[in-house]
Amino acid sequence: MKMPNPDPPTLWDLVQKTGLPAEFSLSDSHGAVALGALDGGTCLGIELEQVRGRTVVVYTERQRSAALAAVELDGVARRIVLCPPDLAVAKLASVIANAGVELILSDKPEALAGQVDVRVAACGLPARPAPPRPAEAFETEWLLFTSGTTGNPKMVVHTLQSLTGPAVAGAAHAAPARWSTFYDIRRYGGLQILLRALAGGAPMALSEADEPVGEFLVRLGDFGVTHISGTPSHWRRALMSPAIRNISPGYVRLSGEIADQAVLKQLQSAFPQAKIAHAFASTEAGVAFDVSDGLAGFPADWVRRADAPVEMRVQDGSLRIRSARLASAYAGDPARQLADAEGFVDTGDTVELRDGRYYFTGRREGVINVGGLKVHPEEVEAVVNLHPNVRMSRVKARKSPITGAIVVADVVLEDRDGFTFTQTRDEILATCRQLLAAHKIPVTLREVEHLEINASGKLLRVNA
Amino acid sequence: MSDSTDISIRETIIGEIHRIAALHNKTLAALTDSLPLLESGLDSLCIAVLVASLDDALEIDPFSDDDELAFPVTLGDFIQLYEDAES
Repeated sequence: MKMPNPDPPTLWDLVQKTGLPAEFSLSDSHGAVALGALDGGTCLGIELEQVRGRTVVVYTERQRSAALAAVELDGVARRIVLCPPDLAVAKLASVIANAGVELILSDKPEALAGQVDVRVAACGLPARPAPPRPAEAFETEWLLFTSGTTGNPKMVVHTLQSLTGPAVAGAAHAAPARWSTFYDIRRYGGLQILLRALAGGAPMALSEADEPVGEFLVRLGDFGVTHISGTPSHWRRALMSPAIRNISPGYVRLSGEIADQAVLKQLQSAFPQAKIAHAFASTEAGVAFDVSDGLAGFPADWVRRADAPVEMRVQDGSLRIRSARLASAYAGDPARQLADAEGFVDTGDTVELRDGRYYFTGRREGVINVGGLKVHPEEVEAVVNLHPNVRMSRVKARKSPITGAIVVADVVLEDRDGFTFTQTRDEILATCRQLLAAHKIPVTLREVEHLEINASGKLLRVNA
Repeated sequence: MSDSTDISIRETIIGEIHRIAALHNKTLAALTDSLPLLESGLDSLCIAVLVASLDDALEIDPFSDDDELAFPVTLGDFIQLYEDAES
């Protein structure tokens, strides 16, 4: 943290610099709010002066409340902790401890009454008149949650600068844009789009968790979306909706999962006029590149290119990244190294070289990506292994044309009589349904004689 | 799992849809050919499970090797995809 540091512009500086055109707004299914509402107004139920230099959790039901709060807080708060929508209230205690939280902002503050040990203040619409913003600016830290972690949630530390630049090769900056994303803006992929819209003075339509994809697409059609992003799984789902005809974007972006040739071709066929790009980004490593030649994978000569703003290496089969867009540390866990001695972050995403191009093959440690949600095989194995008839199990990915991958399990049973595999399987699945989220439950359980163990005694895992 | 030699692909698909919906506590709409799959009550995960189950039951995966394949929108499209892949 540097303080006070007037040099880097704050998010509000970027927003204000657009001239706040009338159409510059954030909309959801409840309507649109113009960013101009924050010019002399505030959506916070607490004076900005009282937030100055504090660590603030933004824990909202609606994305719009979180986005507006972030615009106001950057440059004023010491740290903004942007909570994803599925973060349970019970997990807030560890977030408060790890990030040194002093205040929670929520658009449903009453729901937190008696549940947390720190002050809770309201945020959300309507805006009310506000005194001028504090003149001195902090270089606020943005704490973002890494996806799919088990146990207590992990957060990495970014700044507005690491989140917004420098621009990567192939990124589109066409104007005038009308942005949207299937992502939640409280996740890295969605936040990238929000920040592009905010810095560009462009209107943006936000997704909503419970809104059926058909209704969202109709809303995007009415909105006139021109630039839109999502995971390949988001896009496959959209392509299966008759309402896909409502939109005709000029720029379609995929990230967060492996973009295969099939989904790229299907999108190009659905939107013949559009530029279809797939990007590689992660919460820890930031945005590395955009590929817009219509092909899966990326050109091999992008690796080890010297003068690039984002440097890439392939080492031990996985992609490593060094750039100004990396997160700087894990919050609350300073001993845990994010980058190696040379400053490269190991993304854990494995690649293989074929015909002058690198293709993503999966995750090195076997993490399974089900429609953008990560599943750690060990977590599922621990539940499968609870059954007394199970000696050991291995959970792995099976390819899916719909969600990229689904979870399956191989099970070695105890060597004794008195039970059948079918009965044991049904009992295991019943336990999984009690203890695991739907995307983590094995779709099939297969009985196997044995599972291979590697030289160091660990279960041999293969890539998704 | 159904035996594909005794009953039709359509019946197998409909049966699997009911089985998966029950497993995932989803309420199904009336299953007509014109029903958009995403309005059937199955979410993306259920449809992914359905495709995997049908691969096991029928040994057909029309999505596997066909980059040009258009995603099925209605239940009728979906069934047709499997019937075409078998013939």
